[in-house]
Amino acid sequence: MSEGTNKPAEELHEELERVWGNKPGWGAASAVNHTTVGLRFLITGLGFFLVGGLLAMLVRTQLALPEQDIIGPELYNQLFTMHGTVMMFLFAIPVLEGAAMYLIPKMIGTRDLVFPRLSALGYYCYLFGGLIILSSLVLQIAPDAGWFMYTPLSNAEFSPGKGPDFWLIGITFVEISAISAGVELVVSILRTRANGMALNKMPIFCWYILAMALMIIFGFPPLILGSILLELERAAGWVFFDVVGGGDPLLWQHLFWLFGHPEVYIIFLPAAGIVSTLIPVFAQRPLVGYRWIVLAIIVMGFISFGLWVHHMFTVGIPQLALAFFSIASMLVAIPTAIQIFAWLATLWTGKVVFRLPMLWILGFLIVFVAGGLTGVMLALVPFNWQVHDTHFVVAHMHYVLVGGMLFPLVAGFYYWLPHVSGRMPSDTLGRWGFWLFFGGFNMTFLLMHLTGLLGMPRRVYTYDAEMGWGWLNLLSSVGGFIMAIGVAVIILDITLHFRFGRKAKSNPWNADTLEWATPMPASAYNFASLPDIDTRHPMWEHPNLPETIEQGHHGLSEVMYERRDIFGSDAITGKVREVIHLPTNSWLPLQTALMIAVVCISLLVKVYPLALVASLGVLFFALRWGWHNGAHPVASPWRDDDPVDPPLHSRTFDGPGLWGMVVSLMANGTLYVSLLFGWFYLWTAAPQWSVPEEAPISLWPLLASGLALSAAVLIYRFAVTQLRNGSDAHLQKMLWIAASLGALHVGLLAWVLIAAPLKPSDLAHDAVLSVMLYYLLLHAGLATIFTVLQALRVRIGYVSLRLPYEPVVVQPFWIYTLGVFWMSFAAFVLLPMVWEVG
Amino acid sequence: MWALGIPLLLSGCDGPMSALQPAGPSAQASAWLWWGMFSAFTLVLLVVVLLWLHAMRRDPGQVTDREAQRVQNRWVVGGGLILPILSITVILAFGIPLGQRMLPLPLDEGEPVRINVTAHQWWWEVSYPDTGIVLKDELHIPAGVPVDLHLTSSDVVHSFWVPRLGGKMDMFPGRTNILRLEADYPGTFHGSCTEFCGKGHAHMQFTVQAHEPADYQAWLKQRQTDE
Repeated sequence: MSEGTNKPAEELHEELERVWGNKPGWGAASAVNHTTVGLRFLITGLGFFLVGGLLAMLVRTQLALPEQDIIGPELYNQLFTMHGTVMMFLFAIPVLEGAAMYLIPKMIGTRDLVFPRLSALGYYCYLFGGLIILSSLVLQIAPDAGWFMYTPLSNAEFSPGKGPDFWLIGITFVEISAISAGVELVVSILRTRANGMALNKMPIFCWYILAMALMIIFGFPPLILGSILLELERAAGWVFFDVVGGGDPLLWQHLFWLFGHPEVYIIFLPAAGIVSTLIPVFAQRPLVGYRWIVLAIIVMGFISFGLWVHHMFTVGIPQLALAFFSIASMLVAIPTAIQIFAWLATLWTGKVVFRLPMLWILGFLIVFVAGGLTGVMLALVPFNWQVHDTHFVVAHMHYVLVGGMLFPLVAGFYYWLPHVSGRMPSDTLGRWGFWLFFGGFNMTFLLMHLTGLLGMPRRVYTYDAEMGWGWLNLLSSVGGFIMAIGVAVIILDITLHFRFGRKAKSNPWNADTLEWATPMPASAYNFASLPDIDTRHPMWEHPNLPETIEQGHHGLSEVMYERRDIFGSDAITGKVREVIHLPTNSWLPLQTALMIAVVCISLLVKVYPLALVASLGVLFFALRWGWHNGAHPVASPWRDDDPVDPPLHSRTFDGPGLWGMVVSLMANGTLYVSLLFGWFYLWTAAPQWSVPEEAPISLWPLLASGLALSAAVLIYRFAVTQLRNGSDAHLQKMLWIAASLGALHVGLLAWVLIAAPLKPSDLAHDAVLSVMLYYLLLHAGLATIFTVLQALRVRIGYVSLRLPYEPVVVQPFWIYTLGVFWMSFAAFVLLPMVWEVG
Repeated sequence: MWALGIPLLLSGCDGPMSALQPAGPSAQASAWLWWGMFSAFTLVLLVVVLLWLHAMRRDPGQVTDREAQRVQNRWVVGGGLILPILSITVILAFGIPLGQRMLPLPLDEGEPVRINVTAHQWWWEVSYPDTGIVLKDELHIPAGVPVDLHLTSSDVVHSFWVPRLGGKMDMFPGRTNILRLEADYPGTFHGSCTEFCGKGHAHMQFTVQAHEPADYQAWLKQRQTDE
């Protein structure tokens, strides 16, 4: 795809900047550019980190001496709950997502992420959700049931305040941003790499991010479902976790840790990706064992979904299950060790330049390996029974999370700072920051292992002097404050460097990856022209890439119709397949996020009519968002000189939209499977599970509605197949028929729901069944609306034989809706009937 | 020096709730597991860090791809596969039998003593089946024989833990979990709730009084006549 232009570099730059740049002033709130959004994530995350750190300092102040009452139990419980919540949900995950959003397009040689408006939406959901959660702290009604919100403590009876509602609603809001980042990163990495960048030529960091993004897709939905169920139990009295009525508090623990354990790896993987990126650069040789590491990442991703029970070794589960989860937990040591020794081998064979980022990598190694080793100890059940829920676990978890995430992150900050600022960080102040932080950290948490072994439980606001934990806690608190001073020095260092740092030369660390071929600081479009990539180390093998890129010697150096164009490429080989035209600055993400915020706040204050109106607002903006796609005038209307080879993506059958839809449905499907899990779990394990005397759902109307849905999907599929075979005759008519059948299905299903004598407040059986029916109703309703809009777009001329893109995107949604309907029919209606008879 | 240091170090591990000052077979097993894993893993950590420091300092000269491949195989296979698999096997070989012995399995002869404990926000209701004895925040057990505690909760999730006697077990409303403990000798052992249970969590404590079996029987009789 190398085609040069003869335009002078200056002129090209100005043209690209005009098309790709953000609007000035307040208009910047409409920015969708990945560099801007990524930095916003990072800065906001840093702000939340400081809040979380402040909470930790208050906790350490209270615990410094025995029998203190500076902070009473009510406030203390809010502090530790919020510390965990803020650090996990508002700092660790969003900051890593932000770093990935900033870096990924630059590393794979493209100009933006593939769904730019989704980046912006994710950011606003994160910001607003975070502010909602923090506001509870200011109002002193913060959640106080611990960051894992165990029921029954967090239910309406034992936590009558608003705290848990803030947590459940706020976190779910923030999770929209995680899921959207997940979808966006998966599709971007798979479909927008530079021409020729096959999967095995991809920088190792991208493998880590791909794994992280996929794990978000499968890891977050169980928690989202759990939060919805718990909020329904709190607000509407539906039974899911209450033993009376057939619920089970253990179901919450399963759903929470089904998310919670993968989450640890969602945090660790990108950080390990930073380590794998930096070590070869400072060793000045290619990463040893690239394939081994890729294998280790994949294995780690899989194993991490099979370990959640190791947070629940003391709940009294069968010993065979204990043994299984214990061994699985230890097996994670293997992919971890493979990575550590591959890094060692890289250092072994290279001549290492020991710069500041490498100091942090060394800190990472020591702290993380120590944390990993205590992790193996904890995986051993008979030992776990002793130290579970003591300060030993608090120490272990901070070694793993701070060691496995914060140390590499700071290394990465220092490493990529020149990319953001064009200046180099200071070595001296940086070293002070490191040693203060490292020393303070170990002083706090190394000793805390012993505190736990001496019997101090977690989450106690005070302790008796006679227990003998006083001196350890005092030292831990002093260490904590030293660590805080370290953080202050690092922030000072980074702030000062923006003004006083010496100017960085191009590719200052002599790195091998493509992000260093952009201007420093990065321009809005990253690359003035998009190069072909045939190696894993483009900057080592073609050191003049920055110049040839800037001079427009490579692909897409021509700006057409003010469009933001990037290449779309094959998922495996990386060969260019289409030109993707991206949306430009847009207010829709902000408007949608504000509407969701209104929904959340009205749910919090229990003004349900407003929540309903705002939900319709969300739907309106979301549909408007979809309307501004494809051949719509604000996107890319049909033109006779549209490029043909490669074509524009909205003129093809297999563009990124289809990929985005399928990946989103994978997340959605995980949510549904979690609901199925809940159903079967309660059915088989809840201590007082009971079913109503008569099956509450009438079989025949439900079957009829299913047939209407099946017919709708068949017709829709037929229309799409016709389109693929080159005919758009009757397309509009078929879409209208499919939509009508969909509407009929929705009507029948709604009637079944209304007619059913369901008592969700009395029986868990009926509560789960109701959630299932609402879930089906929502999906069928959305599929119908999408199809109506498609039919309208055919009429206007946005969709046709030469613009066949959109019906193909909607198709998997129909098929999914059909799939969950019949699966629900089997699991919720047929199976219990057969069971009864048997 | 060393000979003096070790007892000093160990005495630093003592305390009313120290898992490292075991007074029962389960706690003893956990403490052995701790000291074993602690020593082995400290060694692993030291070796890995020293190797790493050495790798950063050494000048490898010109490394051909073939040599790099050899280094890779040596470290990745040796450190990444053999080391963890070996460690896991050893740990499980010790851990599984020890864990097995902590379970409330049927005894060779006789029945274990049974005591019911119900957790409330924020106190412990202790009852002795068939005797009518109900206590608050204190247990009395015979020393030297296994005791099965039938644990449940009346409200939120709690967890029962007497570190010097053995591991902990969670207490759920609607379920009963069984925890087997045994005290080696008579004495008073401190216990507390270890699952966060709300405002009074930090003060939800209790004691276990272990008696000589004969004294225990006497205590039971005494209490029963008092009731």
